Amino acid sequence: MKLLISPSPHVHSGDSIEKNMYGVLIALIPAFICSVVFFGWGAIIVTLTSVVACLLFEYLIQKFLLHQTPTIFDGSALITGVLLAFNVPSNLPIWIIVIGALVAIGIGKMSFGGLGCNIFNPALVGRVFLLISFPVQMTTWPLAQGFAGSYVDAETGATPLALLKEAVKSGQSVSNVLTADSFIGYKNMLLGNMSGSLGEVAALALLVGLVYMLIRKIITWHIPVSIFATVILFAGILHLCNPEQYVGPIYHLLTGGMMLGAIFMATDYVTSPMTKKGMLIYGAGIGILTVIIRTFGAYPEGMSFAILIMNAFTPLINRYCKPVRFA
Amino acid sequence: MLKTFRIGGVHPPENKLSAGEKIQVLPVPEQVIIPLSQHIGAPATPVVQKGDQVKAGQLIAQAGGFVSANIHSSVSGTVVAIDNVTDAAGLSKPAITIKVEGDEWMPEIDRSAKIEHNITLSKEEIVKAIAAAGIVGMGGATFPTQVKLTPPPGSKAEVLIINGVECEPYLTADHRIMLERAEEIIVGVRILMKAIGVDRAVIGIENNKPDAIRRLQKIATKETLGIEICPLKLKYPQGGEKQLIQATINRAVPSGALPIAVGAVVQNVGTALAVYEAVIKRKPLIERVVTVTGKSVKHPGNYLCRIGTPISKLIEAAGGMPEDTAKVIGGGPMMGRTMVNIDSPILKGTSGVLLINEQEAVRRPMRNCIRCSKCVSVCPMGLEPYLLMKLSQFNLLERMEEEKVMDCIECGSCSFTCPSDRPLLDYIRLGKGRTGAMIRNRKK
Repeated sequence: MKLLISPSPHVHSGDSIEKNMYGVLIALIPAFICSVVFFGWGAIIVTLTSVVACLLFEYLIQKFLLHQTPTIFDGSALITGVLLAFNVPSNLPIWIIVIGALVAIGIGKMSFGGLGCNIFNPALVGRVFLLISFPVQMTTWPLAQGFAGSYVDAETGATPLALLKEAVKSGQSVSNVLTADSFIGYKNMLLGNMSGSLGEVAALALLVGLVYMLIRKIITWHIPVSIFATVILFAGILHLCNPEQYVGPIYHLLTGGMMLGAIFMATDYVTSPMTKKGMLIYGAGIGILTVIIRTFGAYPEGMSFAILIMNAFTPLINRYCKPVRFA
Repeated sequence: MLKTFRIGGVHPPENKLSAGEKIQVLPVPEQVIIPLSQHIGAPATPVVQKGDQVKAGQLIAQAGGFVSANIHSSVSGTVVAIDNVTDAAGLSKPAITIKVEGDEWMPEIDRSAKIEHNITLSKEEIVKAIAAAGIVGMGGATFPTQVKLTPPPGSKAEVLIINGVECEPYLTADHRIMLERAEEIIVGVRILMKAIGVDRAVIGIENNKPDAIRRLQKIATKETLGIEICPLKLKYPQGGEKQLIQATINRAVPSGALPIAVGAVVQNVGTALAVYEAVIKRKPLIERVVTVTGKSVKHPGNYLCRIGTPISKLIEAAGGMPEDTAKVIGGGPMMGRTMVNIDSPILKGTSGVLLINEQEAVRRPMRNCIRCSKCVSVCPMGLEPYLLMKLSQFNLLERMEEEKVMDCIECGSCSFTCPSDRPLLDYIRLGKGRTGAMIRNRKK
């Protein structure tokens, strides 16, 4: 009888890349349903285009440039596709999405060597590339009108963060913005009934995704909680210093890419730190940077930049943040 | 809240198939092979010659140094060879082969079932009797017991910890002896307490063995004997010495130090039973309980076997080798070693023989590290397996030392968990070996 020889352990938990990646995708479903409800066909068209383009580019690059066996169904390119779509307006023209997908997969991921090797979150690389290259299309937000809205020439409106930025710039006080007719109210913000990138609006649905991922132990609480806590603390201090100049933390939490970023983008395995302590520092960095960019920067939204900047710090954090040793 | 160790740990499926099977006596085979090195340390030196008649329990090889153990014949018969034989791993190792004739035991051994509770020997006499009986750690580490009972100068034992955790999946030998030999074990624990001069002992048992916990609690109470039964929350690798000490008495053994640094001496329940037999019944370590198990095994069970019995005999007793056997493992699935030679003998440290079928033996191909940090979360020593593997691949030994690779207990939690099926422990073990050699060379 032939016997196999191998070093221990001889059993495996059965966990796999696919289980984790598809777990994340399942966690994204509630947010996707909300975006379809709010943005109708636009949400479906943009998401489908982005996913198909990401899978296709990953396949082509692996097969013809890297001469590897394509692994497009490991779920990672799918997530990149969905997250890229979630980070753009729901009326973005198809050709721009395809360019975004090429940059995300080609430059953001495959140029570093593929899954697990990239420094920056691929979807955010694609998103920021599009934001800088196509500033008009990337900041024209359709109103949340459901299937009544049109994909080709949608009625558009400003996001709550852009409204706030404009108002504060023109010398109005925060309380004016919050009492104006254009203010949609915190309840709508929580549900996602507002202008914005198609997947980022539904705060509640994204939180449901977070709970799912925590239960399945796909991610730990450290990164999202540390981001939220820092934002509450930092924005809260600013707000207390001058409530007319700086908006309160709840406005920060419920608007822009805060939820999507903290729950799904910052927690990307590959580009976030390896130790719990490191994750807390990384999350705190993202929280502070986001509030700084939103409050003092030129852009109304700073989540993507904050995450990308902290991605760059991840190797450094890994070098110096060691886990709690046994003794 | 049940106690457990603080950081890391995994929950492999328990698969304790033979937990309900009573210990059966395996018939004495026609021939036994007794290797001279069944323990950590120097091999024993033979004191018999080819052609000699020996009895069960007779000394056939003497400890070959301070860290070494005596070896006794487990059967009566004729020494037919003192020569190199192929061991379980396929290596050639010196052993004494005895052809079995009858079953005559040394006359001083008390083979009656009567349980004796009085300990008449003094502290020194106990240690001497344990050394004479060739007792080693029966959990698998096989460290000579008398050495552990002689603390180095300057250190003092405060508490005896008995390892009844049996955290390896599949294995049930310790579970069975705790159920069937509980009284003897408690006497053994008392003997060990006397030997190291402590008045407190803690027996750590995971709560997947509630019957064993109840059984021992009934016999031993903290008030009467100073023996505390400590139920532990199920988590692997709780049987690791440092993990068990933390779980039971909440003290952390520093990096590179021995348990005695925090006043603890750890012994396995199987060792406690062997100590009872050696001290009270004057019976050397010549038999032990071995679990034979596996998903395809017809009759998984627990057998009392003479040391030196071929493993193939044990497999036969459990219903023969299943058709689809892919691996035969000495020990459990997390830390056990695969065998090439199933005619190799059962040793003092063989706690189980596990047959893994083809389906379970498949190792999926390694994929890219996705940096999920699950290996870091599960490491019970607080190391970073992904990093140690990378450092090992690049042979950066100084960095590995910095990252505390020598603390690795090789429990396999990292490889078990990895979603990318990376052979983390394989590389870490390799690097740990090289780093250890580098450190030893530096000291010279």
